[in-house]
Amino acid sequence: MNEGNVRVPAGDGPVGASVEQRDSRWHVSGHTIYVDDVILPGMAHMVLARSPFPHARIRRIDLTDAQKVPGFVRALTAADVPKNIYTILGLIGFGLDEERALADERVRYVGEPIVAIIADTRVAASEAAKLVRIDYEELPAVFDVEEALAPGAPAVTEWGINAFNFDGRPFRQVRFGDADAAMKGADHVVEGRYQMSPIEHAPVETTGCVVRPEPDGRFTVWSNTQALNMSLDLTAHILQIPTRRLHFIGGTVGGGFGGKVDGMVEPLATLGAWLTGRPVKYVYSRDEEMIVSSTRNGVRIYMTDGVTNDGLIVARKVRSYIDCGAYSRHTPYAVQKHAANLAGPYFIPNAAFDIYCVYTNRQPSSAMRGFGVTEASFAMEVQMDRIAELTGLDPWTVRFRNAYHDGDLRPHRKPVEDATLIEAMQAAARLVGHRLAPELLAMSSKPREV
Amino acid sequence: MTESITVRFVVNGVETTVFADPLTSLQTVLRDQLLLTGTKAGCRQGGCGSCSVLVDGRLELACLRPIAEVEGRRVETIEGLSAGESLHPIQTAFVENFALQCGFCTPGMVMATKALLAENAQPTKDEVIVALSGNICRCTGYEPILAAVEVAASRLADGAQTGASRERR
Repeated sequence: MNEGNVRVPAGDGPVGASVEQRDSRWHVSGHTIYVDDVILPGMAHMVLARSPFPHARIRRIDLTDAQKVPGFVRALTAADVPKNIYTILGLIGFGLDEERALADERVRYVGEPIVAIIADTRVAASEAAKLVRIDYEELPAVFDVEEALAPGAPAVTEWGINAFNFDGRPFRQVRFGDADAAMKGADHVVEGRYQMSPIEHAPVETTGCVVRPEPDGRFTVWSNTQALNMSLDLTAHILQIPTRRLHFIGGTVGGGFGGKVDGMVEPLATLGAWLTGRPVKYVYSRDEEMIVSSTRNGVRIYMTDGVTNDGLIVARKVRSYIDCGAYSRHTPYAVQKHAANLAGPYFIPNAAFDIYCVYTNRQPSSAMRGFGVTEASFAMEVQMDRIAELTGLDPWTVRFRNAYHDGDLRPHRKPVEDATLIEAMQAAARLVGHRLAPELLAMSSKPREV
Repeated sequence: MTESITVRFVVNGVETTVFADPLTSLQTVLRDQLLLTGTKAGCRQGGCGSCSVLVDGRLELACLRPIAEVEGRRVETIEGLSAGESLHPIQTAFVENFALQCGFCTPGMVMATKALLAENAQPTKDEVIVALSGNICRCTGYEPILAAVEVAASRLADGAQTGASRERR
């Protein structure tokens, strides 16, 4: 087989051979057991009563009407949760406890869970959840990353600033060379403001789990989590039980894309199974998947490049605001990756980056396919095209000239190894039938000659 | 809640009687009462197509059909297409063309394809796109699915059938 100039081997070996997907016969025949297909004798259903406000104080919770619904089994509130306050990256020693399994005094986004209802059927649980009466005192809310950092902004967090703390600063800082001096000496300055909206993963299978309490005091948890060990550790942490009491069964995920890594359902369903002695199923409705589950981060990036007439970037300054919504979840990790990738596959000798993880009263955001990096690539590749336009150079030439080489130092001090941008662009040009100038064809990613 | 009623219908060739609230969806009855969980529940509001089934040979969303309206009807689900190892040609085409990744939308895609090919044995690509437009897949990008439907159509037209499909067609 020959596609363009790239040879795809076919024949004896495994490379290039077509191998049937391991589980496809189960999928096409309807035999795969997804979480929602786990139906157990005596199984009860969990549905959450959630905040209708983006920011409010909870004054009173009244369960009288909910308890009257036929099939009602039990309600869980914050007081029932052994270790109610947590942060998921706390499992790896990162960040402060900030999110609650069930809200107690305050809610910070529309859909924040407050009361978990357990009932004999999903319909009864939904009905009872609607009848939970909660008195709220609405609070001012903030939805914009820069407004959230302005003086006098509504306080989303409990530590005085709506930003995550990175080593004593409200932003992740990267400094390399002298960006200010290099910017002054540049022939051109290219400034850009870039934004990416939050994106919902929208897996066709919604987030969920089923938990069965076992007679030996353990819990069997069927989950569609993408992070089985994190979900297990988080459940043990919130319930304050040893991990040996949890047997997680996973691996069958009906679409995830990063949206099923936050451990949102297992702790409450396990607690429900524990306190009722019954198997409990907790599966998000489509509305919950869209309104409540984490999204990709909304991001605003200010990127300024100092450029020579030859198209070389001599300095880059970036200020990015990454919106985590009401709770940080995996966003501090997105910030780290963003900060480490703002030079992309290019060599930029002088850099200054300040990257904020900002709290707002939006739906929490978290992991999704290259989170932090994709956003950086979007901004910098638009910059590359603008640099080409400004200097009158071909966009390919600008990228070849700035491409990193083995041995170059990236702004966060990581030396480049196994660089392949130049070779990848040469192959891409061949595939699309673009004729590159001989000087570009002659280039390689080998270390620069000193 | 209204009073429950008795509903008689045929599921994958088997006479079936259920007792349910008349407004319960066919989806809920199939999954929770008959344990035919191959029919998926992606949205329960007619938006995703993962619960596609055939009712009297026509494509329907099981989540939008109240069970009371299924009285006397013939329902076909994904479980009715294959027997053990023996897959229907549509299913084989999906496997061979990598027309799935997570597999959650697949039963609905297969049923929608079956409804299409029963009505139009040699659809154009545009006709396939229209016929599957009610079925959402977030993994594949759809192209392998379109390829699988094309292969299935040509094989069925050539008379290639499995034991299971021969019995039930």
